[in-house]
Amino acid sequence: MIRYFARRAGHGFLMLFGVSILLFLLFQTAPGDFLSEIKMNSQISPETITMLRAQYGLDQPLPVRYWQWLKSSARGDFGYSFAYNTPASTLLWPRASNTLLLSVPALLISWLIAVPLGVLAAGWKGRWADRLFSGGTSALLALPDVLIALLALLVALKTGMFPVGGMTSINAQDQSTWAWLRDLGWHMLLPVAALVVGSLTIILRHVRASVIEVLESSYMRAAEGHGLPRFKLLFGYALPAAANPLISLFGLSVAMLLSVSLLIEVVMSWPGIGPLLLEAILARDLFVVIGAVMLSTVFLIAGNLLGDVLLYAFDPRIRRQA
Amino acid sequence: MKARLIKLARLVERSPQKAGVGGSLRPKLTSFTFTWALWFLLAVHLVIVLAGFIAPYSFETQEREHPYAPPTHLHFVDCARKFHFRPFVYVTKAAENGLNDYQQDCSRPAGIEFFPQGDRYTIFGMFSSTRHLFGVQTPANLFLMGTDGFGRDQFSRLLYGGQVSLFAGFVAAAFSTFTGLLLGGIAGMYGGRLDDAAMRFAEVFITIPWFYLLIAVRAFLPLQISPVTAFLLVVSVIGIVGWSRPARLVRGVILSARERNFVLAARGFGASNAYLLRRHLMPLTFRVLLTQMVVLIPQFILAEVILSFLGLGIGEPFPSWGNMLAQAQQYHVLVSYWWMLLPGLAPVPVFLAYHSLAETLQERIKSNI
Repeated sequence: MIRYFARRAGHGFLMLFGVSILLFLLFQTAPGDFLSEIKMNSQISPETITMLRAQYGLDQPLPVRYWQWLKSSARGDFGYSFAYNTPASTLLWPRASNTLLLSVPALLISWLIAVPLGVLAAGWKGRWADRLFSGGTSALLALPDVLIALLALLVALKTGMFPVGGMTSINAQDQSTWAWLRDLGWHMLLPVAALVVGSLTIILRHVRASVIEVLESSYMRAAEGHGLPRFKLLFGYALPAAANPLISLFGLSVAMLLSVSLLIEVVMSWPGIGPLLLEAILARDLFVVIGAVMLSTVFLIAGNLLGDVLLYAFDPRIRRQA
Repeated sequence: MKARLIKLARLVERSPQKAGVGGSLRPKLTSFTFTWALWFLLAVHLVIVLAGFIAPYSFETQEREHPYAPPTHLHFVDCARKFHFRPFVYVTKAAENGLNDYQQDCSRPAGIEFFPQGDRYTIFGMFSSTRHLFGVQTPANLFLMGTDGFGRDQFSRLLYGGQVSLFAGFVAAAFSTFTGLLLGGIAGMYGGRLDDAAMRFAEVFITIPWFYLLIAVRAFLPLQISPVTAFLLVVSVIGIVGWSRPARLVRGVILSARERNFVLAARGFGASNAYLLRRHLMPLTFRVLLTQMVVLIPQFILAEVILSFLGLGIGEPFPSWGNMLAQAQQYHVLVSYWWMLLPGLAPVPVFLAYHSLAETLQERIKSNI
């Protein structure tokens, strides 16, 4: 068992290495850096720029810079933010926890809705309820995520019942913990809802498809022939049999959720990684860009590992192999 | 002789699947929705290509007197309750309250005209003309989907914006499937270390969440650029980001086809790897790649919309569905002028059509292989 997880984790770690090398190669192709913006400023002498360049290590060749970045990552700094003049990690950590605050509840809610609904839709296959369901999901699937985010914002603005943008109210600091939590939940409500709507459909469709595939097998027909009640048939027998592809989908759903989350954070001004990444791009703060992308990849790999753990727990075939 | 033998080998190998019931086993290949979706997409692309002719205005014509004008009402019945066969509009004027309310002037109707003179446009960069499909005479305005803050006609901009968004998606999908074909083909054919390296590389691309990858690749490219460069840049960024999935698919097909008898026969006749790949293996990937492309196009249209929405894609004054929608990010615009959200709805029917095409194509592959 430990060997199985060690192998999966090692694979994830290697992937992270690959991603960082890829990002640094891209970094190399970038025309101009943060300092080329300063260069426009006539108040700053060329000597200062050369000095800054040396100080940030931008005059070093790529492998050296990569090595330095690795060292700084090992220290937990993840490079240096030119724009804010701090280690990139001081910018990244709070943003990362904010992004997780949105995505983890959204992930749980999406799966909690998608699994029962998808199984039911599979059980209703061919009936009007299923048609309605399929039509609904394909319509939702075609709706751009940007539009979903804007519509959520519109709801907040029109009804006036929800806070618009941000994570907490202005007076949040001097509230009791309970009031602060309630305030935070109130601010989270719409972004999480938008995230769920944006990521639910694909999970739903996969659940339905894989349960339908199981339902067509002969052992399910045998179980039906023995007169098992429909509900037990669907949730007691079909769902566990369909679990394997669904758990593999778990990692994919994390990736999707992170992508949608980026947009929703930007549109609803939630202080997560998304807005930070966008700001960093516009300011040419490339280490922050690398850090943000690396963080999102870490989340994704963590999601995949969690999927592996679940798979191990649920699927005896995997246990046998490992 | 050699070529004929190989062809024969190919036929013999294929035959067991198709012989027997004389082809009646083949599943139904076209459905009603499939045909419908195909025609719909053709029609949409035709309209978009002919945007200059169909749009009543050019994408940069500004009616400074009409910022945020709502969609113009088309009338058949006039203020005196008389019916007209030719639809008409009334001249509108902004109310004096500064809130972008507009009032119709009942004394000044203007009928819809067909083939009137208007702004000059070019189609394909070849045909230049000033005739439009429809329009109204100047004191009146025909804003089918309202105007934006500069008084530019949203309907016209939507059509021109489609040129950017739809074709960016299409070209990027073609680019990434081609790259995928090349890399996946080589990896599958030569195998060994080359294969390992290519597939690990593809895996790295798949590991990064896709919007993040898209934006990261964009981040390392220049920000201030001309519109044409921006278009090419956006297309190549999207194409670079998306090559890995088609590459994996192609590799799979080639790996399984490499050991088939007609390929072995051809190899026995002394065909080189490159020849085999080009002549016998790559054609086999056609169906998988076509399907993959239909899957990728809507994704890549969305990618362009998102890049432009975030201000990293096509910039003003050139419209794209993304940068048009970006205006709706301002709270007052979002609340007061609902037609500013229409550019976000525009891709929905296109996506639906592409999705249903993709679904049918995927079923075909499933039932045939």
